[in-house]
Amino acid sequence: MMNLWKFNGGVKLSGHKALSNTQPIIKAELPKYLILPLLQHIGVPAEAVVNVGDKVLKGQVVARCQSDNCDLFASSPIHASSSGTVVAIEDRLVPHPSGLHAPCIVIETDGQDTWADKTPLAHYQELPPAEVRQHIARAGIVGLGGAGFPSHMKLRPEGIDTLILNGAECEPYITCDDRLMRERPDEIVSGAEILMYVLGGAKRCLIAVEDNKPEAFEALQAAVARRSRIGCDHCRMEVVQVPTRYPTGGERQLIQVLTGKEIGRSDLPARFGIVMHNVETTKAIYRAVVHGEPLISRTVTVTGGGVSEPRNLEAPLGMPMYSLLEQCGKTDAIKRLVMGGPMMGFALPSDELPIVKTTNCLIAYRDNEISLKPEPMPCIRCGACADACPVNLLPQQLYWYAKSRDFKQVQSHHIFECIDCACCAYVCPSHIPLVDYFRFAKAEIRAADRDKQKADHARQRHELRQQRIEREKAEKAARHQQKRSAPEDQETADRKKAEIAAAVARTQAKKAQAANNTPENQAEQ
Amino acid sequence: MIITAIAILGGLALIFGLVLGYAAVRFKVESNPIVDQIDAILPQQQCGKCGFPGCRPYAEAIASGEADINQCPPGGETSMLALADLLDRDPQPLDPEHAEEKPVMLAVIDEQNCIGCTLCIQACPVDAILGTAKHMHTVIASECTGCELCLAPCPVDCISMEPIPSTTSTWKWPYPVYRLNTAPARATAEAEMESAA
Repeated sequence: MMNLWKFNGGVKLSGHKALSNTQPIIKAELPKYLILPLLQHIGVPAEAVVNVGDKVLKGQVVARCQSDNCDLFASSPIHASSSGTVVAIEDRLVPHPSGLHAPCIVIETDGQDTWADKTPLAHYQELPPAEVRQHIARAGIVGLGGAGFPSHMKLRPEGIDTLILNGAECEPYITCDDRLMRERPDEIVSGAEILMYVLGGAKRCLIAVEDNKPEAFEALQAAVARRSRIGCDHCRMEVVQVPTRYPTGGERQLIQVLTGKEIGRSDLPARFGIVMHNVETTKAIYRAVVHGEPLISRTVTVTGGGVSEPRNLEAPLGMPMYSLLEQCGKTDAIKRLVMGGPMMGFALPSDELPIVKTTNCLIAYRDNEISLKPEPMPCIRCGACADACPVNLLPQQLYWYAKSRDFKQVQSHHIFECIDCACCAYVCPSHIPLVDYFRFAKAEIRAADRDKQKADHARQRHELRQQRIEREKAEKAARHQQKRSAPEDQETADRKKAEIAAAVARTQAKKAQAANNTPENQAEQ
Repeated sequence: MIITAIAILGGLALIFGLVLGYAAVRFKVESNPIVDQIDAILPQQQCGKCGFPGCRPYAEAIASGEADINQCPPGGETSMLALADLLDRDPQPLDPEHAEEKPVMLAVIDEQNCIGCTLCIQACPVDAILGTAKHMHTVIASECTGCELCLAPCPVDCISMEPIPSTTSTWKWPYPVYRLNTAPARATAEAEMESAA
């Protein structure tokens, strides 16, 4: 049994997991249309490489990394989730807290579900790790736990010794990782071996599962026990049960629980020899490397009182949410649709949005499940939020400063360490929507930074322009000056003298001729 | 006795004076000139709405006391407050003489009507317009600061200012707004509204 550590605060939440974790994962029926947003990850959007009217096959690249270089920017390609025809490339409503439109590729499916050529790496151990990493990048794999950070960015072999697989799934209602760990433990373990190889020989792999998922824990343990040898000779893999406490599934929190290392926001875990990937991401990497299947579907939990058969489905990316809800017994009682968990998710304006790479859960709430938000009361400085904060911040102080838009103070109180986990708002006896204030403050600070960068850029361009104008003026003046006062060299001077002398001689000759002719002419006349 | 005291004190004064003098030279701090600090706050649109030909001349005018801190409409209240903070002056409302504060817009050339006269290219303070004589011009959107200086010189009025649409990457979380927990007060406010109507 491994020695575990604790992080400060956190909250105990009622799980609501039994709603959806009893049914096996089923494949969702193919919808008529697939809507694929070009930005489904953290980073820069992918570039569409298909045109309207093109026929596409399942697994074919429809949008590539920016400049076709997945390393240059954090970017990830997008593949067609099924075969069909591209019917539109246009702005559509996307699942984002803003409720804004963004560029999407719309595919009308043909129902055949014909695969394009798969390119598995049959013996990946014989290839250099960098090549396997590129293969993973080209498969469009991003963090499927909900953040959507391109996975290949976290697979650089930079002296990593510990790989952690995150199967904590600490938010209530969500059970997609739970079901996946129960049903596909071998794929996860194989994926972990691939990751250890790509990371340049990580020696240790920890798979963390919260202790409210005993079946998943046992399934993974059995899968590890079935292996005679994990990756290399000295490698070991361990399935660890961690206490159920929100937000244990946060990257830095889980690292703290497993290793006791507290890593700040400005540091990357890789600097401490640690890399963490979600269990479903690991499974996707296994499918990509061993079966040559890019990321075109994911497991989605559909739950809440608004559907009659809450369960987990393997949904093709781009599938409209209403289609998925209908397959789970959508009822008219749905009052609110939330993507993600109840703590960190956000309400959606419509159910016509597509499932994207980061859609791990859809909660369809009935009205009796939504407790009307009590109106916020003044802060009484009880400090409950500070006790609950897993990153040791002072939410009550941050709240005052964010409310009065004192962004300097907000920053000096380390707002960017905040992980938006909403523990503070959950425990607040005055029901103050603290996270809303923090998100507001962070967005304002980021926007101000962007403006500052833009202003600096404009200043530079303006100064360069001024310099250029000055230079051109000076050059022009210099040219004039040179023309006026340049001392002529001997050769030109001589040539000019000669020319003048020649011209004078010519005129004199003409004059003389005229003088000779005149008397004769007169005489003739 | 008195001479000894004077000698000791004088000696001490001399020693400390030398130490301080040396320290002043050795640890001299190249402080950021105030003009640079002011210029760093200004939004760098170079629009000239303040009455000076660009942000730097305005910064110089503020530093020398010729200009007030409330003459920059693109910077708006935010930069006015930052300037007040920096210069320890009293904040004051923006001077309405120098246009109003409004969101940054983007210049767009109606390419059908552009005659290729290059006048806007010469007016653009940040070289954000691309084109040459008798050829169509276009605005490089990422470089445009929205200063509006290209509007006036255009002989065919083919440049317009368009709002920059919010995208999922530039969108900002709004300030949290909720109703206050004051039911009786609300009732009176509603009653007042009714009586006013």
